[in-house]
Amino acid sequence: MFEIFSNWVAAFFTLCIFSFLYKDNPFYRFAEHLFVGVSMGYAIPLTWNASMIPNVYRPIFLQHRFELIFPALLGALYIFTFNRKLNWLSKFPIAFGMGLVGMGVPMSMNAGVLVQMRGAMIPIQDINTFLVWVGTVTILLYFFFSKAHTGAYGKIVKVGIWYMMLGFGASFGYTVMARISLLIGRIQFLVIDVVQNTIRFFGS
Amino acid sequence: MKRTIPLIIVITLCFLFAAHTFIPHKISQDFFDWYLDWVRAIAPFSVVLGIMSMTMNHSARIQRKTPNWHYSIVTLVGLYFTAAAGFIWGTQEGTPYMWIFRNVQMPMGATMFALLAFYIASAAYKAFRARSAEATVLLLAAIVVMFGQVPIGVQMFGEGILDVTQWILDVPNLASKRGIALGVGLGMVATSLRIMLGIERTYLGGGQ
Repeated sequence: MFEIFSNWVAAFFTLCIFSFLYKDNPFYRFAEHLFVGVSMGYAIPLTWNASMIPNVYRPIFLQHRFELIFPALLGALYIFTFNRKLNWLSKFPIAFGMGLVGMGVPMSMNAGVLVQMRGAMIPIQDINTFLVWVGTVTILLYFFFSKAHTGAYGKIVKVGIWYMMLGFGASFGYTVMARISLLIGRIQFLVIDVVQNTIRFFGS
Repeated sequence: MKRTIPLIIVITLCFLFAAHTFIPHKISQDFFDWYLDWVRAIAPFSVVLGIMSMTMNHSARIQRKTPNWHYSIVTLVGLYFTAAAGFIWGTQEGTPYMWIFRNVQMPMGATMFALLAFYIASAAYKAFRARSAEATVLLLAAIVVMFGQVPIGVQMFGEGILDVTQWILDVPNLASKRGIALGVGLGMVATSLRIMLGIERTYLGGGQ
């Protein structure tokens, strides 16, 4: 009986969200606002268990690493974000965390640029490797904004746009499939888990 | 002064960690491990910021009785009730916290994303009506990839659709993703350098 009730609660909220397909309405707004609140509320105990306990509580109170009281106090300065006079204090934890950006320069250069360049600089053995090379070069030229996309240069850049459209189309196709897969899941839930199980429960 | 000290902290740490990537000496590695412990201890407090922001925003709406203020009560009740359920009864399977997740949060999240299927179809129709060559290429590539993923595609167009789909993914899609990845990579390096050299300061806010 409790499972049927749980399924009906889930079905109610599912239908509330689907009701937006007709138009914006109070049921949708209710579900939307509840979704925002519940999602944030769900994250709080998770953060507490996965981050606060192992990184703050356990080291300080159980392992007696009292030096970690300082970063904990530094983190607590975040709350001054909403205080006009003491707002500047909240910049300290942000600044401390931003230090990692320095590491991002060589790492982004390696992962984002060098690895991709290594992949692009392979011998042109067949038509496909040639097409990949043409695509990569023309797309990079498209993103070179210091020169106007006109004349012969504009025609070369146009090839890059076509490549990007094919790439976006592939991504778009995958996204549509993922969304339709979710839609099928919700329809199956409504038909099998809710309607059929309820009929079976009250029929038996 | 209030902005200069955080800026000095950022620039100093950025240069130290950039150097650490090239010179992973033991002293440097120990300092980095110490820094990571501190960052991990600071990070959970940022959630407090989110909770405070949400509470203040919705409380203000309720106090001022702005249009649709009643829904802010729903948000705040959802927020605090779910969090309280997690702290009081725990987060294990079979607790009220997990019941809320399975029967309230998860169905609504999945339905929100499922809803996008309809809007994506509508956007595709609008793109098709635009009648530009680029939009048509995009839509054709999407249709081929979609049919290549489902059994009905093979039934309608034969095994060839699988080869065409794979070719789109391996050749134009790869070139497109690589070109964009190179652009993003260079952009990330440029932005990181701007922060490192103190040119980019928006993260410190606009106040004095």
